[in-house]
Amino acid sequence: MKIGLAATSAAEALFSNPLRSLLTMLGIIIGVASVMVMMSIGEGAKAQIEAQISSVGTNVVTLQPGSMNRGGRNQGGGSARPFNESDVAAIAEQPYVEAVTGSLSSQGVNAVSEETNWVTSIQGANADFFEVNNWHAVEGRDFTQQEVQAGAAVALLGKTTATNLFPRGDALGQRMRVNGIPIEIIGILEAKGQSGGGGMGRDRDDMILAPLSMVRNRITGGNRWVSRHVSSIQVLVQDGYDVIEAQDELATLMRERRRIEPGAQDNFSVVNFADMIKQRAAVAENMSMLLAFTAAVSLIVGGVGVMNIMLVSVTERTREIGLRMAVGARGGDILLQFLVEAVVLCTLGGIIGMGIGWVGVYAYAQISQAPMLVSPIIVATALGAAASVGLLFGFFPARRAAQLDPIQALRHD
Amino acid sequence: MTGTRPLISCRGLTKVYRMGDQEVRALDGVDLDIHEGEFVAIMGPSGSGKSSLMNLIGALDRPSSGEMWINGRALSEMSRDELADLRNETLGFVFQQFNLLARQDAFQNVRLPLRYARKEVGDIDARARECLELVGLGTRMDHRPMQLSGGQQQRVAIARALSNRPRILLADEPTGALDTKTTDEIMNLMQDLNRQGITIVVITHEAEVAEYAKRQIHFRDGRIETDTAHTDLKRASGG
Repeated sequence: MKIGLAATSAAEALFSNPLRSLLTMLGIIIGVASVMVMMSIGEGAKAQIEAQISSVGTNVVTLQPGSMNRGGRNQGGGSARPFNESDVAAIAEQPYVEAVTGSLSSQGVNAVSEETNWVTSIQGANADFFEVNNWHAVEGRDFTQQEVQAGAAVALLGKTTATNLFPRGDALGQRMRVNGIPIEIIGILEAKGQSGGGGMGRDRDDMILAPLSMVRNRITGGNRWVSRHVSSIQVLVQDGYDVIEAQDELATLMRERRRIEPGAQDNFSVVNFADMIKQRAAVAENMSMLLAFTAAVSLIVGGVGVMNIMLVSVTERTREIGLRMAVGARGGDILLQFLVEAVVLCTLGGIIGMGIGWVGVYAYAQISQAPMLVSPIIVATALGAAASVGLLFGFFPARRAAQLDPIQALRHD
Repeated sequence: MTGTRPLISCRGLTKVYRMGDQEVRALDGVDLDIHEGEFVAIMGPSGSGKSSLMNLIGALDRPSSGEMWINGRALSEMSRDELADLRNETLGFVFQQFNLLARQDAFQNVRLPLRYARKEVGDIDARARECLELVGLGTRMDHRPMQLSGGQQQRVAIARALSNRPRILLADEPTGALDTKTTDEIMNLMQDLNRQGITIVVITHEAEVAEYAKRQIHFRDGRIETDTAHTDLKRASGG
């Protein structure tokens, strides 16, 4: 009843001067729009990062030749001495290692089927690859350790490679030639999609996976200085074993095997990709905080604007307030009226701001090809923030109106 | 309930305004009783204190000293909210400048006191319509103040003052902004209301207007100069 009365007089007051109301709302509109954009970008980044972490696995450690600085950037990895199969074997003996695979890859290989050809990359690994990466054949089968030891000319295709090389979808069981080497296709890998974010991703399904020995012997060729070399090693650490500790132990093991003097710098690196992704997540978090701060400042500025205009409104309507008091409005009734007016003003601004914010989120999603996330929580937060600003900054003017002296208010002109 | 105990009672009522370093005694120890059913005209030149008295009786202002009772309750002991409720339930105001809300139509203006009522007042819309019909504006309920003549606006204001069935109607120069013919109409309406039992206090500086009242009180320099019963009531020719 009383709220209804306050709400109708609030709507009247706002629509009696639409331009002023709109200008007053501007700060709130901008604030709410930025709250919304900020939150959905933040949530989108978070969702993307979580998806990456789950695809990499948190207890996979990768060893690469070449040193790495703290920021996680590779420094001249190409020129450093590679690992070899005996390194892989040594790592496999460690008690905390669940599975380990060496890996050797070659970009820009030419694959030829009976129908067409396709330029892609080939990766050699041993049979632990499937367990380490939790990535298996969806059609056909994974290759076995026997096939790896025998250097069998078999391979699994990524989804993209399979469709491009065999448009009719009958890749399984067919033969193809890779750089002229005939290879039998024994499986199709589960689709993984893009890796990495921010448009830097590559299609992880565009590749050929084959036994390591076969790839080294027949595609990439051996290394001049290191026999049976591998370009990187992926280690799956046992569940329950601390990954950081495993990283340290792997580093110690490798320093011994590569005969690095105490005090000298590592010429390899041990990386947990999940950690790197988490670092990126922390950066994204900081970005979100910064945006949140901007949004908060904008809302406060908007709130001050609302307070200012409400004070003007109270002064302009002093006589009306006096009259309302004369016919029996209590201080509380007047307080409620102006408070509701401020909240309605801000909420209206909030709704407009959400519309603009939605356009912003949509535009961002189009440009960055990030997922567009506008959850009910974001909507509720944005509207709640607007209404709270109204309540907070409307209170002082409303209280001022409520405390007016009836007779002085009536005489005011 | 009537008879012995007055509806409005003032004892030693004093109101002092400070204007710079000067003190103005608008009211200077006024003793006054008004009983239920009276029609009182309070007269006097401007600055005589009649408006100050009206504001005090109307519970819009507080006296500098002295005490007043409405319906037996001492106003000095009432809180702001209680005074608001008193204005809402017991008093009805009519102002010289009508004081209608410009953005609302006649019906909404009349409804205003009912919407602030804390007691059960029944069907608000029906009561507002009834009051507008009483003042002869049943057909103009959706007109805004700007679309009404001065007399019609004052009728809306009277309808608003009546909507909560007050026991006292306080009118401060109700005809000050109206022509002679309209003044007659408004004052006849007040006589009718008084006959229905509403106590009426009218402030005016026009002797003509005071002719409609049963009792005339003259103020001068913040004090009561004369207080006379008036039997030869004026009626408008047509009324």
